[in-house]
Amino acid sequence: MRPLSQVNNPYKDDKNIDACALFGMINIEGTRFPFKDPLKAISNMRERGNGLGAGFAVYGIYPDHKELYAFHVMYLNRQAKRRVEKSLEEEFRVVLSEELPTKEAKVSNPPLTWRYFVEPNTSKVNEEKITEDDYVMKNVMRINVSERGKALIFSSGKNMGVFKGVGYPEDIAEYFCLEEYEGYMWICHSRYPTNTPGWWGGAHPFSLLDWTVAHNGELSSYGANRRFLEAYGYKCTMQTDTEVLTYAFDLLVRKHKIPLELVPKILTPPFWDEIDQMQQKQKQLLTALRQTYSGLLMNGPFSLIVARQGQMIGLPDRMKLRPLTAGMGGSFLYLSSEEAAIRVVQPTLDKVWNLTGGEIVVGMVKAPAFVRLQLATMR
Amino acid sequence: METPTETLKELSRLKIEEGAIGVNALEMRSYELNALIRDLVKKGFKGLNLYNVYGQRYIGAGLSGDITFKVYGTPGNDLGIFMNGPNMYVYGNVGDGCGNTMNDGLIAVYGHAGDIVGYSMRGGKIFIRDDVGYRAGIHMKGYRTAPTLVIGGCAGDFIGEYMAGGIILLLGLDESRRHETRFIGTGMHGGVIYVRGKITHLGKGAKMMDIDENDLRVICELVKQFCDLFNFNSSKIIKQEFTKIVPVSHRPYGRLYT
Repeated sequence: MRPLSQVNNPYKDDKNIDACALFGMINIEGTRFPFKDPLKAISNMRERGNGLGAGFAVYGIYPDHKELYAFHVMYLNRQAKRRVEKSLEEEFRVVLSEELPTKEAKVSNPPLTWRYFVEPNTSKVNEEKITEDDYVMKNVMRINVSERGKALIFSSGKNMGVFKGVGYPEDIAEYFCLEEYEGYMWICHSRYPTNTPGWWGGAHPFSLLDWTVAHNGELSSYGANRRFLEAYGYKCTMQTDTEVLTYAFDLLVRKHKIPLELVPKILTPPFWDEIDQMQQKQKQLLTALRQTYSGLLMNGPFSLIVARQGQMIGLPDRMKLRPLTAGMGGSFLYLSSEEAAIRVVQPTLDKVWNLTGGEIVVGMVKAPAFVRLQLATMR
Repeated sequence: METPTETLKELSRLKIEEGAIGVNALEMRSYELNALIRDLVKKGFKGLNLYNVYGQRYIGAGLSGDITFKVYGTPGNDLGIFMNGPNMYVYGNVGDGCGNTMNDGLIAVYGHAGDIVGYSMRGGKIFIRDDVGYRAGIHMKGYRTAPTLVIGGCAGDFIGEYMAGGIILLLGLDESRRHETRFIGTGMHGGVIYVRGKITHLGKGAKMMDIDENDLRVICELVKQFCDLFNFNSSKIIKQEFTKIVPVSHRPYGRLYT
């Protein structure tokens, strides 16, 4: 075979202008599995990324420390590390601190990456009369804002961990020695940055507490979303639109206790003319939601995979301007930008479908096979 | 340059079959597979059977002539892009952009398709046995021939968006589900969309019309071809009522600059 470059690729361009790749798989029995399949799937969509960002969120990864918050932190220099560690010692009991295992790989300018297993300082939590989660969130936000990019806590949940950086997925997996870990759920992302720079902290998934978000597309409503969330104490520090989604899920589900099935009615609500045609009660509910959370309406082309302990959620935008496919096979629920990436790890699927705009798909550990909720459009 | 190792690697993927050459596409990158396909076509092969296709893009891109592809697996985006004559049978589901700017030939998919199937199609025929995603037939256009898109299942919203020519036939054969597609023919200014059964939501720029004799003849012919491909009963399909959707105007902005 003649190399393509001499035939019809005179510019030696072996990539295509395209969007990001998303992939997630969850074992609903809660059985942990290694990185082989998730990596194979996300690598199968190589054309969707350009090597300027990739990442993995792994759930069920630290069973020996599952009661402790696991912080993964990036440092650009030693001074930042000293500052953050001093702060952690003051606000938390640091049970274990170690450098994240890494090895040689095709990545550029990796920062120092450390991991800390911590528990909040109980007397301070009680003093402030807030929950442990809120205490952790507050401190993560404070450190990330004050460090201005010199240090970044990019993973802060219990029994889960995010690994991400600048490179292709296989390079990032190699760099962070992912062969050493197992999880019952893997969320993967390969990035093609458009509006914001490709830097280590800007790679997906984005994470806060045990929430992670991997995202393809853009949020044209970012400004409005950000203002709304800042009023609730969230600080946007990562130079990209995706983080508002993480905070939106945290606010709605963890803090405001909105049932998951109502979340898409806030983020990707039905159009007003559809609401007008609904039954009185439904109309009231949806009107109230749209009015209360108008600042969380997510506009623009996007598809998302959101995860937290025991749950994997898929959601495309209302106009379906980015792809998202769901598949079920054996004990697994898969979400992917392309069906082929699911098939490459599970050729025979019990069910496979392309999501409709605003359709939420939720996979839960120990739940009946999966829960499919078609709500946002409510046809 | 061609090296002996590359030739051997290529040979191990190939197998002469009856009237065709088989290609094992396992773990090939898109450009490798397409370069190999072009090479084989150049050497005169008229039948290509592609096995273990997992997401490779642009299969059949820009190829002309009397070639028959059989694709086994799940091909990636832009299958048959710019294709100009070959017949392509896909035994599996296809990704987004199937038949993008296709000029002539046939694509038959024994499964479902992703978004924007038949995007900017200029000629030829696409038959999808099951559902299609959003914006099927977006910006289809007809010049000397009418491009044709036939869908056996249901379609996502915005079918026939900005359509400028050609024919879309939406059959909705799964009786358990109604057509839920909204914004049908938004911004269309040419071509025609036929929908089997009732529809609920038209897009701006489109209007409904009654079927006439000529329409029925076109529909019957396409349904027959669909049934021959996928083994359905055509008389049962034809029995139900069809709705015809056409543009309100062929030049909606004609007076904008006058």
